[in-house]
Amino acid sequence: MTEFGPLAMDFTGAGDGRERALALLLLSMADDEFVIGFSDSEWTGIGPILEEDVAISSLAQDELGHAQALYRLFVELVGDGRDADAVAYDRPPEGYLHARLLDHGRGDWAATIARRYLYETADAARLEALAETSFEPLRDLVAKIRREERYHLMHVETWLDRLAKAGGEPRRRLTAALEAMGPDAGTVLALLPGEPALLRHGILAEPFAAIESTWRARIDGAFGRLGLPALPPTRDPQTARTRHSETFRALHREFTMVRGSEVAASW
Amino acid sequence: MVTATPPIALGLVPGPEVRETAVRAALRTVHDPEIPTVSIVDIGLVHDVRIDADRIAVDLLPTFVACPALEVIRSTVADALSGFGRPVDVDFTFAVPWTTDRLTAKGRAGLLAAGIAPPSAPTDVRCPFCESARVVMDSAFGPTLCRSLFYCRDCRQPFEAFKPA
Repeated sequence: MTEFGPLAMDFTGAGDGRERALALLLLSMADDEFVIGFSDSEWTGIGPILEEDVAISSLAQDELGHAQALYRLFVELVGDGRDADAVAYDRPPEGYLHARLLDHGRGDWAATIARRYLYETADAARLEALAETSFEPLRDLVAKIRREERYHLMHVETWLDRLAKAGGEPRRRLTAALEAMGPDAGTVLALLPGEPALLRHGILAEPFAAIESTWRARIDGAFGRLGLPALPPTRDPQTARTRHSETFRALHREFTMVRGSEVAASW
Repeated sequence: MVTATPPIALGLVPGPEVRETAVRAALRTVHDPEIPTVSIVDIGLVHDVRIDADRIAVDLLPTFVACPALEVIRSTVADALSGFGRPVDVDFTFAVPWTTDRLTAKGRAGLLAAGIAPPSAPTDVRCPFCESARVVMDSAFGPTLCRSLFYCRDCRQPFEAFKPA
């Protein structure tokens, strides 16, 4: 159990090294999608233009759906009696395993685009490394999710381009957001404690370090073309998915509010 | 729920014969809750139908993972098959990804009837009202996850197109 240290709190009953590593992978991915989905959903009703209001709401809905599907795989694997909603809503803030990049919260539109761009490109690299995963339910889900994420990438790449090339205030805001989030961007692909087991069992195609360097080469290319500052190395990679910000605690209070007031409520 | 019916017919009393064609015909009466002109069969949601002695199992493919209509579709399917007199299990699976290739000709016609352009590459989309090719995509994201927003420069109508997936 010590292999996972403080991250083990949610699935200590999940069998051998393979199952624990897989549980950690699924939960970290689910939490990523859940937290970015909730942050993005804060734009619903206040998007910069009507089409973007609809688009960001749609993107947020997609991410929450992906989170739900991943939480379901997690609860089937761990089998400790909790359902997907219990895992999504009934943990204290420090029990969430999303990447620190997503602790930055909604911010202004440029910050949302910066966060989405950094997350979506890193997530695409992670999904690519899972496309042939030996865990069949995840392979099926990843195939489906990747078909949807193409739209997400197209959307956010268009916006990155637009803000970067606009000059003036849009570009200033984008650059400021990228500078604030840059050191946390790589946290999405930071080493997970169960990586050796994931590789040994053919769950993950290559080490996170290799996935990250492929991703960084892609970002360097894009940022180079747009004259944006290069992405700095990851700050404190050891705590990439722990020690969450006050911004996340506020978001957590928000998204657990309904569940907290009526646990058995159904939609 | 139909699924809660106890399996009383379990090998003791032979139930009435259930033919797969009859089950599939019944599934044709279930429409997409957001596009009432298209059945779930023609939209390509039905992945598998299995008829066992003690139950009917239907596996469906979600168009988008987060589609909020899934629970409505699940209960409508269970209702539509309740007349066969045995428990119905409706499951969603990602065993094969739903793609727009799964739409039948009837499904495409049904979309047109609802004023929604059938899925195709953005450059091949035609206005569902006047068939003009002089259309432009306003946004890839429409009022539901599976639809995009377009505008027709000829008849000056905004319209929706089913997203290719």
